[in-house]
Amino acid sequence: MNENIGVPELEESPLKEHWHSLRQNKTAMAGLIIIVLFLLVGIFSPVLAPMDPLEQHIELRKSAPFTNGYILGTDDLGRDLLSRLIYGARISMIIGVISVSISLFFGVIIGMISAYYGGIVDKIIMRLIDMMLAFPYILLTIVIVAVLGPSLTNAMIAIGISQIPSYARVVRASVLAEKENDYVLAERALGASDRELMFGSILPNCLAPISVQATLGVGTAILDSAALSFLGLGAQPPTPEWGLMIASSKEFITSAWWIVTFPGIATLLAVLGFNLLGDGLRDILDPRLRD
Amino acid sequence: MIQYILKRLTMLLPTLFGVVTLVFFMIALAPGDPARVMLGERASKEKLEKLRADLGLDKPLAQQYTLYLKRVVHLDFGKSIKSGQPVMNEVKERFPATVELAICAMIFASVLGIWIGVISATKKNTWIDYTSMVGALVGVSMPVFWLALVMIMIFSVHLNLFPTGGRINIRYYFSPESNFYLIDTFKYLFQGHPEYFLSALHHLILPSIALGTIPLAIIARTTRSSMLEVLKQDYMKTVRSAGIKEKRVIYRYALRNALLPVITVIGLQFGLLLAGAILTETIFAWPGIGKWIYQAIEARDYPAVQGGIIIISTTFVLINLVVDLLYSVINPKIRLQ
Amino acid sequence: MKKILTVSLALLFSLLAFASISGCKQEKASEDASTKTEVQDTQKEDNKFGGVLVFARSGDSVGLDPGRETDGESFYGSTQIYDTLVEFEPGKTSIRAALAESWTFADDGLSATFNLRKGVKFHDGTDFNADAVVYSFERQFKEDHPAFENGPWKYWGYMGMSDIVDSVVAIDDYTVKFNLKVVEAPFIANLAMDFAAIVSPTAGEKYGADFTNHPVGTGAFKFVSWIKDDNMVFERNPDYWGGDVYLDRLIIKVIPDATARWLALQKGEVDVIDFPSPEDLDAMKSTDGIKVVEQAGLNVGYLALNTEKAPYDNKLVRQAMNYAIDREEIVAGVYGAAGAVAKNPLPPTMWSYNDDIEAYPYDTAKAKELLAEAGYADGFKTEIMAMPVARPYNPNGKKVAEIMQAQLAKVGIEASIISYEWGTYLDKCDYGEHEAAMLGWTGDNGDPDNFLWVLLSKQAAEKPAGNIAFWKNDEFTDLIFKAKQEMDVAKRTEFYEKAQVVFHEEAPWVPIAHSVVSEPMKDSVQDFYLYPTGKRVFAKVWLKK
Repeated sequence: MNENIGVPELEESPLKEHWHSLRQNKTAMAGLIIIVLFLLVGIFSPVLAPMDPLEQHIELRKSAPFTNGYILGTDDLGRDLLSRLIYGARISMIIGVISVSISLFFGVIIGMISAYYGGIVDKIIMRLIDMMLAFPYILLTIVIVAVLGPSLTNAMIAIGISQIPSYARVVRASVLAEKENDYVLAERALGASDRELMFGSILPNCLAPISVQATLGVGTAILDSAALSFLGLGAQPPTPEWGLMIASSKEFITSAWWIVTFPGIATLLAVLGFNLLGDGLRDILDPRLRD
Repeated sequence: MIQYILKRLTMLLPTLFGVVTLVFFMIALAPGDPARVMLGERASKEKLEKLRADLGLDKPLAQQYTLYLKRVVHLDFGKSIKSGQPVMNEVKERFPATVELAICAMIFASVLGIWIGVISATKKNTWIDYTSMVGALVGVSMPVFWLALVMIMIFSVHLNLFPTGGRINIRYYFSPESNFYLIDTFKYLFQGHPEYFLSALHHLILPSIALGTIPLAIIARTTRSSMLEVLKQDYMKTVRSAGIKEKRVIYRYALRNALLPVITVIGLQFGLLLAGAILTETIFAWPGIGKWIYQAIEARDYPAVQGGIIIISTTFVLINLVVDLLYSVINPKIRLQ
Repeated sequence: MKKILTVSLALLFSLLAFASISGCKQEKASEDASTKTEVQDTQKEDNKFGGVLVFARSGDSVGLDPGRETDGESFYGSTQIYDTLVEFEPGKTSIRAALAESWTFADDGLSATFNLRKGVKFHDGTDFNADAVVYSFERQFKEDHPAFENGPWKYWGYMGMSDIVDSVVAIDDYTVKFNLKVVEAPFIANLAMDFAAIVSPTAGEKYGADFTNHPVGTGAFKFVSWIKDDNMVFERNPDYWGGDVYLDRLIIKVIPDATARWLALQKGEVDVIDFPSPEDLDAMKSTDGIKVVEQAGLNVGYLALNTEKAPYDNKLVRQAMNYAIDREEIVAGVYGAAGAVAKNPLPPTMWSYNDDIEAYPYDTAKAKELLAEAGYADGFKTEIMAMPVARPYNPNGKKVAEIMQAQLAKVGIEASIISYEWGTYLDKCDYGEHEAAMLGWTGDNGDPDNFLWVLLSKQAAEKPAGNIAFWKNDEFTDLIFKAKQEMDVAKRTEFYEKAQVVFHEEAPWVPIAHSVVSEPMKDSVQDFYLYPTGKRVFAKVWLKK
């Protein structure tokens, strides 16, 4: 956030301005469109899905695309692949949003406290964060799921927790830049409480980098949950989760390419959407990176 | 310089202590009982209790923890419950495979990534730039294990160009010494058996590409933005006005200065690859450390998981330190505090 | 930069091209490199001799001391190196002499005396004798034995050997006597199992705890090397007591993924593969140059209904479950050609299997009728525990559960699927926390007692239980107890057949399937037999040139 914004509350104009520059930014718009599409598919999956994603027709198992009335074919238990992908969109969106909310919630609080109070508090928190970052991220997630037990909920929690340090860092950095601004000092002089200052005044002005991080984070979370499911630590069958669908397709690389290919493409597109938007947002919100 | 290194190393100690503590308690809190897993479908109560006592699992947690700390200080990570072998030996046998794969993946990612980044930056806003950058985004958006499966499906199954997994043609009978197969087979190159080395190389290609894709994308993006930054600088104008050929300007002057952030990224990514190889190793039947830790987690092999994670985390932290040092060597402008 | 890249890419591709070409000549080159010394040997005998066989399997061994380990993968390695006093006949569960030439039971059945084969040597050159036998067994149960601490000797415990064996005594150099605590018919079959292998005491003392990495036995192959999670190499034991060993070398290679193993076989990288995916079996059978050796496995996969919990305390509900689950569909969807529908707790290859019993047919109407009679006309909600891992008796527990879930829905039973990490899973089963749980069993020694007693007796229903249906039936338990104490096989058969009738009527399980073990291999592999107990033996295997 640049220094010109000395106003305590975020007024409408910057938002409008951002929306305007968003529309100018082709990458961001492409990402936004993809995300909206996936969100719509997720919300309306019962309407859109041609069949029940759990209904089995074992006699029609491994039907190729465009045979037996299946657009994308069937999986190894004769379930409609397209319907499973459509329901999978809903699951992936939920995973993304929930795990990011977890990391966001704790990340913001921790980062804010660390930066706002500084001193010994900051030192201790940063040391703890360094410790967590010294842990290779994927291992941390796996160990957390091992502690909690394998399930989709626990996978979301694990992904959320293991991302907290990076959010805390981003928040801390931007709060540090913000907290010495005139408006903060002025409000403090007027007797605003720490809590009001932290979450009422400073936080709204730090939203830019946080929103970039969160947008990118949704994509990462979708990828990570797919990886966990692939290892058998995330979603459990018969959930139509994309990573799980890829995992159970391993057996079919010689015989049924569609079971392998489509869930991967769906994941790729959804994650790409969030990465495009996140990139675009960064360009818009962080003028330093604008070329 | 030496003082700085020592200072950084001592700063590492509390971090590593924290890692050890965190790992110990997280693992200890995990549900599931290693004795139970070992005995499988056929265990009686007495046998379970006896085995737990044998493994020291019946002592209070605090006591187990202090005992563990004492041993870790002496680099003794205990014995794997599953195999009864010292964890350190088990790690030593598998780590080289992972490191070899990670290095090859990193070479692939760096060479190609830097090249793509430079081209994109110099051809900014052309279709080449757009394609590369969208390509890079696609690269980071892909589930790695899916890419690996699709590559096997296309290149191994249908085109029959690459083996589906493993480190070397199994019929080539040789005894590895360092466990880095490229090094171990190198001497055969000059003894009339180049196929040993080539086979090891051949087996490395698909897994390296799979593992290297994400770093490749990240390196390409970093290189591009760093190059753009450098090309905007005033001294580039000076260099150009001196009549030096454009190619030389770019590779000699600009790239050199643009490489600093790229090196940081390479170091960071390399550390991540060591642990992130779990999925790639699983798919390509690569006998490395990631797969081993994962199996140890499944088997509730506490000492193996703890030891393995501590060793990987330490390596990761050390690599980051080396990168920092390298950074300061390359760029003397950065003062060592 | 660009130039360097182009050049290096070009170089790489030419190297690869070379690699692919030389790949075709690989065998010749590697033979030259490392088997020169054996070439003369090979030529002097007939053409059965020679060659390297690569066997690809799904996981690595834990260790190579057969007394210490419990997993099938460890035995794959140790079986090649070690022999037992008695052994299973190739492809069967009957027992024949091995390191012991003969044996006799005392009249009271409380001791057994073994006459050992003379002139057998361990791979380290030391003699096989009575002391070696005593050493191999005593280390597993005598707590003051110097090698006892290298345990835990788990299999000894599994088989309850301490309740059977009192002591093992060397009468002279080539005679060993086992003093027994009880009369136990299955005892002799236990001695054919891997944990009863005879190890070299000299090597055991020399290596101590590390013996598991330096195995020394009397078997057909000598241990050469082991790269963890990758491969194990063995070479021919020219002095094998059991006659000629044909292969120069045996390599056991780990390829975790079933499809990858099949691809490796197709490409000729390996010769024999373990655990093929049922999905690929048809393709394998129709591929030129590939054959599939099959053997009905000595196993059973089942859904245990916890008879201590409602509604499964009601026999009618249990029978209804048996009518409501279509085993044919499960076998078609999960086991493929690798499974056979089950109706009894014993596998069909086991003696005393009662084939007169008629399986519950798939009949939703009948199931609904029984449910109504039991007071569950609208069905009920239940939870099915599905195994998180692939086991020989059930290649994919979760997939089986998914199919069951869909089938049960048709008679109004709403089932949810739940799974835990494997250790936790077993714990929950053994302590009866489940309503219905999937599990299975692979036979150890080819005796029906090893199924019925451990899985269904009243005694086995004590927590932690082996009888996870917690089914306590006096009539059934009486029958199998009598069979345990009886030495006459005909009489034992009769008891076991009657017991299976009781089991069928009471329906504590929904038996699912017996898996057929299939071993795809190149046509050139000769004389390979599958053993029902899961052994993989290569002593007499040879390669057609």
